[in-house]
Formats: sequence, C-alpha cells, structure tokens
Amino acid sequence: MLNHGAGVSRPSREWQPRIVAFFCNWCTYTAADLAGVSRLKHASNIRIIRVMCSGRVDPQFVLEAFARGADGVLMGGCHPGDCHYMEGNYKALRRVRLLRRMLRDLGIEEDRFRLEWISASEGEKVRAVVNDMTARVRSLGPLKLPEKFRDWDREIGELEEKVGKMEEKEHVG
Amino acid sequence: MSKSNGNRPARIGFYVCHCGHNISGTVDVAAVARYAQALPHVVVSREYKYMCSDPGQERIAQDIREHALNRIVVASCSPLLHEHTFRTAVEKGGLNPFFFQMVNIRENVSWVNESPEEATEKAMDLARAAVHRVAFHKALEPKRVPILPDVLVVGGGIAGIHAALTLANAGRKVVLVEREPTIGGHMAMFDKTFPTLDCAACILTPKMSQVKNHPNITLWTYSEVSKVEGYVGNYTITVRRKPRYISEKLCVGCMECIEACIYKEGKFPDEFNAGLSRRKPIYIPFPQATPQVVVIDPQTCIEFKTGKCKKSCLEKCDRDAIDFSQKEVVEEIRVGTVILATGYKTFDAGRLPHYGYGKYDNVYTSLEVERLVNASGPTGGELILRDGRRPKTVGIIHCVGSRDRNTNRWCSRTCCMYSLKLAHLLKEHTDAEVYNFYIDIRAAGKSYEEFYDKLLEENVHFIRGRVAEVTDWTARPSEEGKLVIRVEDTMIGVVRRIPVDMVVLAVGMEPQFDAQEVRRLFNISCSTEGFFLERHPKLAPVDTFTDGVFIAGACQGPKDIPDSVAQAGAAASQALVLIDSGSIELEPNTAYLVEEDCSGCKSCLTICPYHAISHDEARKKASINEALCKGCGTCTATCPSGAIRQNLFEDEEIYSEIRGLLTPMPAEAQGGESC
Repeated sequence: MLNHGAGVSRPSREWQPRIVAFFCNWCTYTAADLAGVSRLKHASNIRIIRVMCSGRVDPQFVLEAFARGADGVLMGGCHPGDCHYMEGNYKALRRVRLLRRMLRDLGIEEDRFRLEWISASEGEKVRAVVNDMTARVRSLGPLKLPEKFRDWDREIGELEEKVGKMEEKEHVG
Repeated sequence: MSKSNGNRPARIGFYVCHCGHNISGTVDVAAVARYAQALPHVVVSREYKYMCSDPGQERIAQDIREHALNRIVVASCSPLLHEHTFRTAVEKGGLNPFFFQMVNIRENVSWVNESPEEATEKAMDLARAAVHRVAFHKALEPKRVPILPDVLVVGGGIAGIHAALTLANAGRKVVLVEREPTIGGHMAMFDKTFPTLDCAACILTPKMSQVKNHPNITLWTYSEVSKVEGYVGNYTITVRRKPRYISEKLCVGCMECIEACIYKEGKFPDEFNAGLSRRKPIYIPFPQATPQVVVIDPQTCIEFKTGKCKKSCLEKCDRDAIDFSQKEVVEEIRVGTVILATGYKTFDAGRLPHYGYGKYDNVYTSLEVERLVNASGPTGGELILRDGRRPKTVGIIHCVGSRDRNTNRWCSRTCCMYSLKLAHLLKEHTDAEVYNFYIDIRAAGKSYEEFYDKLLEENVHFIRGRVAEVTDWTARPSEEGKLVIRVEDTMIGVVRRIPVDMVVLAVGMEPQFDAQEVRRLFNISCSTEGFFLERHPKLAPVDTFTDGVFIAGACQGPKDIPDSVAQAGAAASQALVLIDSGSIELEPNTAYLVEEDCSGCKSCLTICPYHAISHDEARKKASINEALCKGCGTCTATCPSGAIRQNLFEDEEIYSEIRGLLTPMPAEAQGGESC
C-alpha cells in the first residue's frame, strides 16, 4: 500500500452538503459544460460523474453514493423523446420509480434524490437545479448513512449477541 | 485489472492544467498537484500552464517513459473538448490511450464556482475520484467503421444547393431532398441582394439548374425525410416522396395544363408570392422553378375534392404527364454523411398586434415587399398597395421579432441590411419618402457600412427608436387616410407621429416550425432559441454532436447569403474529410457479455433500442452484436447478474469513481490492490 495522503492539509469548513450527480453525456453533461462556458455561477456542492446515458445509471450507483456518504444524488438525462439512444431515459425513469420507494423505506428523504431532464441548451437549468437541490439538502442536514449503517450494524450485533445468549441459556436449560 | 497490464501495480501520472488563468484564477492548482501527489499510486504529479499545448502533451509522453507510468489523469477542461488530445498524448508515450481519465475542473469548477476554497476542494475531490477510477481502466481497441461515400443534403435553399454542388463537383454522389415543389428556398423569393444589389434570381437560378443537371446529384423535391437509421458512415434514410400528380419524367413545364384548368383565374393564396397573389390548384411555383414540373394541390383541386371535374388539364397535356392516381413513393437510400440545411422561417408579424399587421391593409412584412418589388411578383414589379394606391411615404420598422424580450431576444443579423436594401428599392420604384425606425444599424460585413452611407446620401430618413404602435387614429388633418407611426425619436428625446402610406415590418428569423422534429430525426440538439446546435460555437461551427451529421445555413442561426454559402462549403468539406479518410474511429464504449455469468433471463432483450441483443436458444445465453451496439450502457444497468459489461463504463470504474469522490482517505484503495 502506498501513501494514503494523510498529512496533506485540506481546507476545512463547516458542514457542506455533498451531492453526487450522474449526467448523461449528450444532454445534461453538455448543458453543464454550457453553464461553464456561460459562466453561470452556482453552488459548488455537486460532483459530476459522466455516463453515456441516464439509462446506464444502475440504482445501485445511487445507493452506493448514499452509503458512502453523499447527502444527495442528482440524475440528469435528456428530455423524454430526446434521448440520444432513443429511450434510455425512459428506462432510467422506470428504475427511478422503484428506487424512490426503496429510498423512502430506507428513511432517505425525498429531496435527497432527484431526476431532472436537462437538454444540451439548458445551462441555465443546470444552475437552477443545482442551487435548488443544494439548498434543499442543506436544510435537511447531513444524511450520515455510513454512521447510520454502523449504528444499525451495532444494534444488530447486540441483538444477535442477546439472541445467542438466550439460545445458550435454553441449551443449558 | 486488465490482462494487458499484467499484475503490475498502477503507476499514475497526474497533471493539472492552469489553462492560463481560466482554472488557476479560481482553483489553487499547486495545492491540487500537491494533494494528488499524496494519493495512492500517484508517482508523478505536475501542474502546467497549458496541458493541451505541445510541451504539455510531450511532458505526459516523456513521464510515461521515464517513470514507467501506466495510468494518466489530466485535470483540465471538459473531456468533450480535449479527451481525444490527451488520449493521443498517452498513446505517444507508448500506453494504450484508454489508460487515461480526464477531470473537468474548468467548465465544472473554475468557471462556475466563485470561492477559491470551495473550487479547490471540489477539484481535489474530482481528482481523487479519477485517480481511483483510472486504476481500473482497461486497454481497448477502438472500432473503425467504413464511411459510405454518398451524402444526403436536406433542404434546397442556397445553403443546401451550395453544399450539394460542392460535393457533386468533388465527384461524390449526393441526394438533395427538398420539402417544397422547387428548390431555391427563401433566396428565390428575394428581389435584389445587399449590398451589391445584384438580382437574387440571376445569381441563384444558374446554380439551381446546375443542381438539376448535375450527373452526381439526385434531386428529390416535394419530399421529406421520414426515418433515419444507422450511424456515422452508414446511415439508412427513408424519404417520402409526396405525389405531385404529374410525372416528373414526362412533364416539360410547358404550363398548358395550367392554362386549361377550369379555374380561369387563380383562386388560392400563392405561397411563393407570400400570399399576395392567387394561384390555381394546378401550378408551378415560379417561372424558374427547379425542377420545371407542374404540381397539383389536392387540397384545392376539384377532381380531388369531388371527383367530378372535367379534367381539362388532362386533355391539354399531350405528353400524358398528369396522373391523378399517383401515390406517395417511399425511397430508401444509404449514405455515409448528412448535411442539414433546412433554413429558417420568418417571424409571424401578427404576434405583435400593435404594429397592425393583418389589421391594416397597408402594413406589409419585408418578405411580402420582396415580392412586391420583384418583376415576376404579383404586381409585375409595380409598387401598388392592397388598396390600389402607390405609396408616397413608407415607414420601415426594424427589429420586428428580434432584440425583443417579449418575442425573440436574438438579433436576426440580416434585417438592418435588407431594410436598407428595401429602402433603396422602394425609393427607386416610387420616389417615396422612406423612414427607417431602428434601434442600432448593424452593418457589419464586407461593404455593408458603405451601403449604409450610400443610403444616407439617398436621403432616406433614419429615426432611432423602437416604434410604439402603428395606428389609423388621426390627430391632425395631415394624417387623414394615413397610417401613423408613433415613436420616440431617442436622438432628440421627442415622441413623434409620422404619417405614412405604407408600413414595412422587418421581420426577424426564427427556427423552422419543425426544427424540433428534424433534430430528433437526426439525433442532434437545438440551442435555447431552437436553432440547431453546433458542436463548438467557435471551433466546430458546422459539426454536430452526432458524428457524420453537419449543419449549414440559417438552420444553425440567423445569417445572410454569404455566410450561409460559406457554411455550406465548410459542411461539404467536413463531409469530404470523413469520406476521403474512408473510415472513422468509434468510441469503444460498447457492451459485451461475460457468458459464464449470464443466467439467460432475457431481461436485456427488450431493453436494447437497437436490437443488438438476442437470445441464443441452444446455449440459453444472451448474445450481443457489437456492431449494432451504440454504447448507451442501459443493458449493463439492467442485467441482474452483472453479466453485461460496458467498455469505458465498467461497474467497477463507476463504483471506484463514486468511492473516490466520497472517501477522502481511502483505507481500502481497491484500485491499487487488484492491480
């Protein structure tokens, strides 16, 4: 194992929401580029991962992002009917419907996950969506899913231990 | 880790670009370089003023050799701009070009984030994600596909005509598809062209007949593209050829059938004369129409409406060219490249009711005036108003549907100049007093400013101010029977009332009414205004984001004839670049199957929009046809057993990017260990 980079100082500030975005290459990523070229300033909390199509976004990616500490996840694709690959965005939408129910069951607030159709010309929309989402996630506060997982694991561990002891007792009895 | 890389651990070279001050003005690039140096597996980390420059690229190649690097990350601009540049540099250093990952810290960071601290932290996060990801990259071979030499040109205005002729003269076969019964587009409707005042028809019609007679051009008028399949180099295009009820082969354009029509006079608005004259159901759009073939409009022809016409046209035609039973013909062609030159439409002046278009007879659009002053126009070039009078005073209102927050914000670029031209022509035809109401005179073009000077010397009046309204409400006897233009003359700060006999609205240029459908058909994008979007506003003005599809003329944005012609030539030469190179390299981002993991569940079969996946019944496994795959990755996201993978976007590549983003100091550092 090489150096982990420990010891290099990084700017430390108060809590900032961390939002992972999956943008499709043809529409939303291009729109984000356009926002850049047009110097449309917006919140710095978004980290974009480029995929060819919103249809490539496996719901597991979204769950992984939350599990690794994202406070919000944004998906961007071409408008319905405009997909560069004809219908990848519809496939994405279908999965997102199921994913939303799963996120709700996990106790992840609705505003933490968002799917937006943003075309290549809508640099302004990128700014608006990023700003709005950042504000919403900021007001929700940190998600801390990794910590929650640890808590849950601990609770389950304790439970298992308890059950184990009870079984042991029964055995002995 | 890829086999070609053996089991050697990743040795990553990291480069962060200043891009002059574009990045370094906001992002602390030195801090990013120091930060990256400390990341796992990063052997070399550098900052440089311009990574895309020759020395920048050479640095990468040299480091690969000197430090035995096997992975490269460059943090600079958008991959859509320079990914190819850096892949080439990586290849020069002796590595597979796909052992490379680009980090966008310009468009996504320095240009959109103001706080240097936040921008620097974001750049570090993105750099870390890329360092994580790149370790998982595999060596890939890009697929090459051949380019069919034939070209489709859509739209037969001056841009389409010029593009088609350029390609045909270079020896390529071209199919030119035009929706109207004739080619010529808007230019054919114009009287004179600015600033030289040469006659539009005189310079256009020879090119139109060249198109018709060129052995390398197949001209399909009255036709529309209905389906586009395939990919760069190999498009299959379906064209629907509407029936004109006249055999194009037999008709010689003698027009005797038109004479013979039972309608003795034209009864229906003549599209070519902007509705200022009437045509019969059987007509030819204008004398030099190309092809010289008559057309029957089934909407107005008695035979089509009732079936009870005596069909005198049929009797008159001694070549038996008229065929009422003609049906639509669907043609299929295969081409390698496409040029879209679908033009524009003029702003609908009725949207600004305060200018009185449609309410007052003597309010005209500029396009109507082009026809009015034209010798082959509805009045034979005599300037006679709808009420039969000849105008003694004319007001030309600029920027109608341009530079206006209520309608279109853009400048249509041509209206100032054509308004000056019309002012000159109106004065020449009628000796009327002509007033121009303008915001700014935009005469930026070769000899344009000189033309403006000439008009000033011709005693044309210029009043600077946006017109408030055109009204027939008179305030004084001198305004009786006139239209009054109310305007603030901003040069003297006074509201004026100018009575005129005729108002000309200089209507702006808008995207074609079906620009959205056309862009969907050809899988390209539109800009905010609805014009077709070019690949790069400066460096790739005729390319689109779809390889092999080029754009020319006013479909890309308002432009005049010289600019349209220049763009058409550029689009033709871009197509020739592809054709002459014979083949094109495709991004190797296709899907592939790991057969032993496939359970044969068939979930992927219906997902693929290109039918690239089939089910092998004998083996009970999916089978992917890589030639048909376009690389969206939807099947990869769908496969429940992870048997379908996507090159360049492998699961572990994306997961490592997510983890890299969110795990500041990774304890596990998966990338490294598996290498």
